[in-house]
Amino acid sequence: MLAFILRRLFQSVIVMLAVAFVSFVMFNFVGDPVNAMVGQDTTMQDREALREKLGLNDPMPIRFARFVGNALQGNFGLSYRTAEPVGRMIAERLPATLELSLVAATFALIVGLMMGVYTGLYRNSWLSRLFMTLSLIGVSLPPFMVGILLILVFAVLLGWLPSFGRGDVVKIGGWTTGFLTVSGWKALILPAVTLGLFQMTLITRLVRAEMLEVLRTDYIKFARARGLSNRAVNFGHALKNTLVPVITITGLQLGAIIAFAIITETVFSWPGIGLLFIQSVYFADIPVMSTYLVMIGLIFVIINLIVDLLYFAVDPRLRIGGGGGH
Amino acid sequence: MRLRTLFTVAALGLTMALPLAAVTSTPAAAKTFRWANDGDVNSMDPYARNETFLLSFNLNIYEPLVRRTADLKKDPGLATEWKATSPTVWQFKLRQGVKFSDGTPFTADDVVFSYGRAVGPGSNIGTAFASVKEVRKIDDFTVEVETKYPNPIFVDEITNWGIMSKAWCEKNNAVNSADLTKNEENFATRNAMGTGPFMLKSREPDVKTVLVPNPGWWDKPQHNLTEVVFQRIANGATRVAALKSGEIDMVYTIPPQDVEPLKKSDGISVLEGPETRVVYLGFDQARDELLYSNIKGKNPFKDPKVRLAFWQAIDTDAIKTRVMRGQSQPVALMWAPGINGYSKDVDVRPKYDPEASKKLLAEAGYDKGFELTLDCPNDRYVNDEAICQAVTAMLARVGVKVTLRAQNRLKYFAQILGPKYDTSFYMLGWTPATYDAHNAMQALMQTRDNKQIGLFNVGGWSNKKFDDLANTIAQELDQPKRDAMIKEAAIIHRDEVGHIPLHQQYVVWAARKNIDLKQQADNMFPLRFVKVN
Repeated sequence: MLAFILRRLFQSVIVMLAVAFVSFVMFNFVGDPVNAMVGQDTTMQDREALREKLGLNDPMPIRFARFVGNALQGNFGLSYRTAEPVGRMIAERLPATLELSLVAATFALIVGLMMGVYTGLYRNSWLSRLFMTLSLIGVSLPPFMVGILLILVFAVLLGWLPSFGRGDVVKIGGWTTGFLTVSGWKALILPAVTLGLFQMTLITRLVRAEMLEVLRTDYIKFARARGLSNRAVNFGHALKNTLVPVITITGLQLGAIIAFAIITETVFSWPGIGLLFIQSVYFADIPVMSTYLVMIGLIFVIINLIVDLLYFAVDPRLRIGGGGGH
Repeated sequence: MRLRTLFTVAALGLTMALPLAAVTSTPAAAKTFRWANDGDVNSMDPYARNETFLLSFNLNIYEPLVRRTADLKKDPGLATEWKATSPTVWQFKLRQGVKFSDGTPFTADDVVFSYGRAVGPGSNIGTAFASVKEVRKIDDFTVEVETKYPNPIFVDEITNWGIMSKAWCEKNNAVNSADLTKNEENFATRNAMGTGPFMLKSREPDVKTVLVPNPGWWDKPQHNLTEVVFQRIANGATRVAALKSGEIDMVYTIPPQDVEPLKKSDGISVLEGPETRVVYLGFDQARDELLYSNIKGKNPFKDPKVRLAFWQAIDTDAIKTRVMRGQSQPVALMWAPGINGYSKDVDVRPKYDPEASKKLLAEAGYDKGFELTLDCPNDRYVNDEAICQAVTAMLARVGVKVTLRAQNRLKYFAQILGPKYDTSFYMLGWTPATYDAHNAMQALMQTRDNKQIGLFNVGGWSNKKFDDLANTIAQELDQPKRDAMIKEAAIIHRDEVGHIPLHQQYVVWAARKNIDLKQQADNMFPLRFVKVN
C-alpha cells in the first residue's frame, strides 16, 4: 500500500513537470505581454528594456528552469496584469472555485444517483422518460447556453436569483466561504446547476445502465428468492455493485469540474480561478497562467490518487491481489 | 414508490424556497450606484498602467492639477491657475486648504513627489512627461515645470495625472510603483488615498471595489451618491442580464448585438456617441517589395494612385450600417472631433467609387488587380475582424484579392509593431492621449526614428513637409498659428493617402432610467457627474 502510494507520488512529480513544460511551450504562442502592459506612447527601447527585465527574451528552457526553481520555493512571481503576488491571487480565488465545484459535484452525484436508480428500477414510467429526456438535453446543451438560459429565467424574468457573482462571503482565516450567508447560497444555485448538469446526466445514464445490468444477474434473483425486501435488494446488493465505475467517473469528473469551471465562472462572473485564467490568457499574464496550469495538474494528480485508494475500499478483490500498481 | 415521493417533496421544497429567498434580496438603500464592466481596474495605483479604464477609475480618488469637464474642456483641479512664464516654463498655482482624505494637507511637495514617482521605475505613465526637464517647488503653493523645449500642450498632457500624497507613499513603502521582478506586493496596488471626490472603502480584485464620497472634498459635489459599488462581470450577456434584472444600475461596456434590444427594453436608457479613437487602415510604403503580395520587385503602395484606389473602393458608410449596426461615425482624418486640431472642412473623404478605383489601379499598371494579405486584430476594436472582412469583400470588387489574417491583439501587435513592422496592409486604432492632434502625427505619421517618433508608423509613410510641420507644431506656442499648421499637415496626409481612416467606433453605455450620467468622448467615466434619482 505504502509502496503503491510512493510510486504514485513519484509518477505525479513527472506528470507535473510535463504539464509545466507543455504550458511553457504554449506560452510562446499566446503573444507578447509587453505591448499590453505599457502605454501606447512608450518608446521601442523602453518596451525592449521591459522585455529584457522580465526575462522574456531568454530561451524557453532557461525560463522554464527559472519558473520551476522559483515555484519550488513557493515563489510564483507577480502578475503582469495586476502586479499582485500570483500565489495570493490564486489562493484568494481558489475557495470560490472549490466551493462551486464541490456543490456542483454533490448535486450531480445525488441527483444523478437518484435519477439513475429510479430510471433503472422503473424503466417505463413517465417520470423515467422525463428524466431521460432531461438528461439528453443536459448532455447536448453547451454549458454557457444553459447558464445564460438559467440567468434569463431565474434572474431576469423571475428575479429570484442573482445573475452573477458570489453574494456575501464570510472570511474564515485565509478562506472565504459563501456557505454561511443566504445570498451566498442563492448565488451558488445557478452556477452549480450549470456546472453539474453534464456530470449529472452522465451519472444518471451510467447508474441506469449499470443497474439494468446488475438487476439481471443471478445473485439478484437469488436474493429475491431468499425473500429479501425490495429495498435490501435494490440498494444493498444492486446499487452497491454499480458503484465502482460511478466512483471512477465521479472522481475523474471532479477534476474536470474544477478545470472546466472556466466556462461557468465566465458566464456567472464567479470570482474563481477559472475566470482569473481566462483573463490572464487575454493579457498573456504568463506567471498566472503557468501557476494555474500547474495547480490544475496537481489537483488532477491528487484526485486520481484518491480514486485509486477508494478502489481499495470498495472493491475487495484489489486488496486480495496485493497492493501492486495496475 | 418511495423515491417518487422524495422527488415530489424535493421539487416542492425548491419551488417554495425560491420566492422566500427573493424577498430578502430587495435592493439596498437609495443613492448607492452599482455599475459593472467586463474587466476590473487592474490596479489601484494610478501610475501602474496607461489604460483609459484604470486612469478613469483612479481619478475618482486621485485628482489631477487640471481636470476635464464632461465635454473635455480643461478645468481647474488641484491647480487654480496656470500660465507659461517663459516658452519653456509652466507655472501652476496650487489650490490652498485642500486635504488628502487622511487629513494631511496637500502642498507643492506632493506634486514634486508625484512627478518623481510618475517618471520613476515601475510607472507606466512616464511618457506624458517626455518633454519635462524638471518640476520644482517655488513655495508651498506654487510649482514650476521646466520643459526641454517649448511644449504648448503640456497642460493637456497631464489631465489624467493624479497627484499622490508624499507622506502616505513614504509611510507605506510605495514611493515607486510595483516592481514586477520582485516577489513583493506594493501597498498602492490595493490601497488608495487621494484628495478626490471619492475614497476607497474596500477592494476585492476582480470582484468588487467600493467607493464612498470624501466628506472633506474641496469642491461642491454634483453627484448625490452615498456609495459606489463597482463589479466586474466578464460575460457580455450576463452584464446585460444583470442590468435588466436591476442588480446593477449601469453597464460600461455593452456588446454591439445587445444595443438595439436594450434600447427597446423598459426602464433602461442607452447612451452612445463616437469615441475619440480613429480606426484606420495602413499600407507598407517603406519596403521595396511587399512581404505578403504576389507583386514582386516593386511595392504597389509606393504609388499614391493605388492608395487612393483603395480608399475609393472602401465604403465606410456600408461598414457603418452593415458591420457596426449604426454604431460608428465615418471620419476622413486621423484625429476625431474632441481632439484639438480637428477641422470639419478637412474631414472630407474621396468619394466611394469602385469604377474610379478600378481606373486608378489600371493607370498604376494593375488592371488585373493583385493579391495581398491584410493583418487584423480580432479582440481589440469593436467588430475589428468583421470590418476587415468587409474591406476584403469591397476590395475584391475592384480586383484586389485580399487574404485576411486575423489574430488576437497580443500576437497581432507583436507581429506588426516595430522593430519588425511585419505586415503589408494592416488595421489599427488610435486615441491621442494628449487630446491633441500632434500626438497622432508624431506616433502614426511622422518618419520613423526608431525611438519615440513614428513608433506606430507601421507602414513607414514619410513626407518631408509633413515632418517639418509636425516638428514646428510640437513647439509652437501661438494657438491659431499652430492650428493652421495642423490643418495644413492634415490636408497633406489626406491628399497623399498616407492611411485610410475608417471611423470612430461608438462608446456605448447603458443605465437604468433613474440614473443621470454624462458620457464623454474619451470614454472616461468620472463618478462625480453621476446622480441617482
